[in-house]
Amino acid sequence: MVEEESLRVVRCGGSELNFRRAVFSVDSKYVFCVSGDFIKVYSTATEECVHILQGHRNLVTGIQLNPRNHLQLYSCSFDGTIKLWDYVDGILIKTFIVGCKLHALFALACEDSVFVTINKEKPDVFQLVSVKLPKSSSQEIEAKELSFVLDYINQSPKCIAFGNEGEYVAAVRDFYLSVYFFKKKTTSRFTLSSSRNKKHAKNNFTCVACHPKEDCIATGHRDGKIRLWRNFDDEKKYTYTCLHWHHDLVMDLAFSVTEGSSLLSGGRESVLVEWREAAEKNKEFLPRLGATIEHISVSPAGDLFCTSHSDNKMIIIHRNLEASAVIQGLVKDRNIFTGLMIDPRTKALVLNGKPGHLQFYSLQSDKQLYNLDIIQQEYINDYGLIQIELTKAAFGCYGNWLATVEQRQEKETELELQMKLWTYNKKTQGFVLNTKVNMPHEDHITALCFCNAEKSENPTLVTTSKDGHFKVWILTDDSDIYKKAVGWTCDFVGSYHKYQATNCCFSEDGSLLAVSFEEIVTIWDSETWELKCTFCQRAGKIRHLCFGRLTCSKYLLGATENGILCCWNLLSCALEWSAKLNMRVLEPDPNSENIAAISQSSTVFVFRPSEPRPLYIQKNISREEAQWGVFVPRDVPESFTSEAYQWLNRSQFYFLTKSQSLLTFSTQSPEEKLTPTSKQLLAEETLPTTPFYFILGKHRQQQQDDKLNEALEDELVQLPLTENIPAISELLHTPAHVLPSASFLCSMFVNSLLLSKETKSAEEIPDDVSMEEEKESVDSDEENNFTEQVQDTNNTDLGKDIIHQLSKSEEKELRKFRKVDYSWITAL
Amino acid sequence: MAGYKPVAIQAYPVLGEKITQDTLYWNNYKTPVQIKEFGAVSKVDFSPQPPYNYAVTASSRIHIYGRYSQEPIKTFSRFKDTAYCATFRQDGRLLVAGSEDGGIQLFDISGRAPLRQFEGHTKAVHTVDFTADKYHVVSGADDYTVKLWDIPNSKEILTFKEHSDYVRCGCASKLNPDLFVTGSYDHTVKMFDARTNQSVISVEHGQPVESVLLFPSGGLLVSAGGRYVKVWDMLKGGQLLVSLKNHHKTVTCLCLSSSGQRLLSGSLDRKVKVYSTTSYKVVHSFDYAASILSLALAHEDETIVVGMTNGILSVKHRKSEAKKDSLPRRRRPAYRTFIKGKNYMKQQDDILINRPSKKHLELYDRDLKNFRISKALDRVLETPEITVSIIKELNRRGVLANALAGRDEKEISRVLNFLIRNLSQPRFAPVLINAAEIIIDIYLPVIGQSPVVDKKFLLLQGLVEKEIDYQRELLETLGMMDMLFATMTRKESTSLLQHNTSDGFLENRKIES
Repeated sequence: MVEEESLRVVRCGGSELNFRRAVFSVDSKYVFCVSGDFIKVYSTATEECVHILQGHRNLVTGIQLNPRNHLQLYSCSFDGTIKLWDYVDGILIKTFIVGCKLHALFALACEDSVFVTINKEKPDVFQLVSVKLPKSSSQEIEAKELSFVLDYINQSPKCIAFGNEGEYVAAVRDFYLSVYFFKKKTTSRFTLSSSRNKKHAKNNFTCVACHPKEDCIATGHRDGKIRLWRNFDDEKKYTYTCLHWHHDLVMDLAFSVTEGSSLLSGGRESVLVEWREAAEKNKEFLPRLGATIEHISVSPAGDLFCTSHSDNKMIIIHRNLEASAVIQGLVKDRNIFTGLMIDPRTKALVLNGKPGHLQFYSLQSDKQLYNLDIIQQEYINDYGLIQIELTKAAFGCYGNWLATVEQRQEKETELELQMKLWTYNKKTQGFVLNTKVNMPHEDHITALCFCNAEKSENPTLVTTSKDGHFKVWILTDDSDIYKKAVGWTCDFVGSYHKYQATNCCFSEDGSLLAVSFEEIVTIWDSETWELKCTFCQRAGKIRHLCFGRLTCSKYLLGATENGILCCWNLLSCALEWSAKLNMRVLEPDPNSENIAAISQSSTVFVFRPSEPRPLYIQKNISREEAQWGVFVPRDVPESFTSEAYQWLNRSQFYFLTKSQSLLTFSTQSPEEKLTPTSKQLLAEETLPTTPFYFILGKHRQQQQDDKLNEALEDELVQLPLTENIPAISELLHTPAHVLPSASFLCSMFVNSLLLSKETKSAEEIPDDVSMEEEKESVDSDEENNFTEQVQDTNNTDLGKDIIHQLSKSEEKELRKFRKVDYSWITAL
Repeated sequence: MAGYKPVAIQAYPVLGEKITQDTLYWNNYKTPVQIKEFGAVSKVDFSPQPPYNYAVTASSRIHIYGRYSQEPIKTFSRFKDTAYCATFRQDGRLLVAGSEDGGIQLFDISGRAPLRQFEGHTKAVHTVDFTADKYHVVSGADDYTVKLWDIPNSKEILTFKEHSDYVRCGCASKLNPDLFVTGSYDHTVKMFDARTNQSVISVEHGQPVESVLLFPSGGLLVSAGGRYVKVWDMLKGGQLLVSLKNHHKTVTCLCLSSSGQRLLSGSLDRKVKVYSTTSYKVVHSFDYAASILSLALAHEDETIVVGMTNGILSVKHRKSEAKKDSLPRRRRPAYRTFIKGKNYMKQQDDILINRPSKKHLELYDRDLKNFRISKALDRVLETPEITVSIIKELNRRGVLANALAGRDEKEISRVLNFLIRNLSQPRFAPVLINAAEIIIDIYLPVIGQSPVVDKKFLLLQGLVEKEIDYQRELLETLGMMDMLFATMTRKESTSLLQHNTSDGFLENRKIES
């Protein structure tokens, strides 16, 4: 039973991943990125999101590892706070309140303060200041001790870099490079030749990076050049060398961390360039990364790189320039032409993705499932090129067929149109191209829809076009003695007085087809393709058209551009009612009679065609105009009792605004639902993967089902730790042909597996694994303090016995388990 | 990350016959050798044994031809009247033939005079065949009888008088020495068993039967007569399996391909049709100059021999496939280079790194991948389908002008030649006209410097003018047709027929201006 909270509009996933540089943990196991008001922790190996750190009340603008404790993370936000997190457990440790909008965050190893970028008075003037973080045991601390470092800098953190272990800071803006030396407390400023000069018109600075060991600064420029500055401690004798490969602006630069011998750069070409030894000819490339590289970051260990891309994607790249993982969010940087659709098979949201692709996006896990390459052409990313756009798409026959339309128009007369029909292949679990139709119409296709009636044995597709025709396409048998094949052919071409056809819609049972020709709606019999009747209200061109469903299937709805919503009765062929509403979205619910409409003034109406009085109205759902909407059937029906919310029982309504944020109606925040599985993953990851783990791990799963063997289970669960028992490791590492006979070894081996008394106390530890899986969150402050105390006492008891067997990292994990375990007891 | 995506080559619908593996197979024959015989060729039969000679029955002679000889290597001419149906025995050493006077003669291939003569039929014997045990001969004659003869004592064993009209065709089972089939002008095909001295199965073909054929397994029977070819399932007691009506004149002869997968039928309509024996659909057809009377296929389908009413024998030999090997080929790398490292067993601590398999790219794709645009364009100026796709791709990349610019006389004339050849084709016109416009824009300042290029431009201009005239005429015709359609009474006011207008028209007008 859901409590009747008030319904509100919430963002659901699809948040940006590419806003700031990603940050790696010290062991390169995790990568952090800011994502709206949250910080997301991803595993670099599995691409899974393991934690979402939430607590900031506004956009998070910067994250850095705590230089003095590698298991902690600093973050800053527009809400004026710096927060310190324990990312392993996902716990907020401390909050420092600064009090003004923070735009970027930097942390240095040698100092007990952090650097932030703040905005002073004028909107475009930014300062780099250092904030002293006071030591205190309380949760919330005021940190008001700001000391000024650099003035007139760029807002973006890409334009500030700390070099040579914190000896200087370099900042760029427009045509200036400023370097502040902490020891001398002086600022040097270098200016490039002015923009008036035509030759250097584009040498604005775009980003900066500092060599970790030497006095060397790399700057990127708008014309694609990279300059390497040396001897900059002297304002007169400074030198720079140029590296030029990019033909468009350099978006980000990074030095490899360990020795600094190579420099990474990326830009709009979506090619990651590695400059070895900072020489022009020693270049390595990783091409075809898919979209503009926005940020590059390097792991502290130096073995991984991470590039953030404009299509809301992060790629983890191995040291030898091999992409090892892709973390992909909802692609958002392009226009949505196709609208929102639901794949009937996966229940995934389908819309335009990368250029030329359809993206399948899972709403439940906030993750992209896969990209379907529709256009299948090499993507050339260049400014001013007219690309082929994927303009329309529709699913038909329970997801068995997908129709897509792509177009490219360079000049008025040169329209390239292509319609593709894809069939779902059960073997490969993906869509396979079946039919390609060149120029299906002579002008733009305005709508396409499948006949989704249950009884229809022959799949039917209707396309409408501005050339005044609508075409009916049917699936025909194309097989001969050599192969079996099916293909789509045009079955019928219809028109109405040479008006442009703008919309089409099949009735629920597939017996009627409604096609709108500008102001007129025509109804066609889908058996014979005869014109049955026409409706005309002279109220402007029809923008949306849909049939009612279930009990309301005798109604046809049409929304016009002049802001009138009409409802016609198909039995009496007369106008049932009309209302003055300027609709942007008109979307029927597939599971009920309800129809949702969003007006231009961002008001949602939910109504049934049978009665003109709406069931639900909500005003001002978003600041921008909503562009697309869709009903998503729920897996488990909700049970709202209040009449106003009943329309949400079987389906959820999602809509997309002009700035492409995906919103929905809910009583709770969807981010709350994301966590349980990820916790589990984290716990499983900590078990070492030894040969024994593989053997015994199977046993463990089987026996967990079997409640009778609980005593045995306790023993076995503990066994992953036995990798350190010398007898076993010896047994495993000695070649078989030099080993004594198995009968001789058996007793020794079995003895080594038995639990000795001294490790008995450790027995509880693995137990906690399952405990933690069950628990969802233990974030309360009280418990935290308590566990820390318990942990101390425990250590003195057990420490000696275990420590000699365990490495440091394992020890940390053990501590963590203990912490969770005891807090659970207190909860009882 | 996805690799380079090759350019999609636009496929255009091909006019005419669809290319299938069957058309490729059956077109893979050399031009036919024509041999003139003395009269209509009524029967061609291949010896089942190497060297696969064939016997041709025409008029009163039987010629034996070698595989590649155009002259007969042997002739049997001891017939007083027309000879019929010279047939080899399974071992290829004996030959039997009927004749107009009712006699049947048995020849040794090496001899000249007949070994045996079977007398007993009163009218012309049109069909003879050896039974599976090699020691008997079956014959059918115009006296409505079917007789079985014993070769060793040249005696008649059995006579069947069940047919009520001329018996014109027959065939003995390859497996059972006692079974044979005859077809008659009384529209029936009868299967006889020598052990029962009467027919065991009789099927009604519906037309005078001209030819019968038993499948090697004996399970299926094919009969031809009238315009029909019918296939009967003998194991179901003569049930009609399928009836084919693909000829428009009488079907005269039948033949199976050596694999048994295809059935061939020849007809008076001068066509040979090839059917698949699984689906009984026509997969290919040959045309000949005259009405076909006889048809035979050599071992492994090496040769197709067709005899026609005008006495011409057409012999087609399969093209030899060894041609490619005759070219001196570069020495291939040794076998061990291919298996190098493949048989390595992974050790305990090794990490196996698979090299990603290289995707094969066409040469133009390799050029495009490396942004060598002019070179890519130069490479594909032969086949217009590919060229047009590449020009489209260059246009999409926004570098078409760059690829066309900076060419010398020789290079630009290659491009112009291509345009002149293909500009008038409506399916390529929109793309090529765009390219032509760009060329004109680029090379306008230097026009007049090279007579060769100037000539090409003039040619192009003439071509465009001709095309415009042609399109105008087409439009006029269309207008007239519209007028005619408009005057006709229409029931449906809504569904209008769309006529094909050439896409190139608008573009052509543009270039004109």
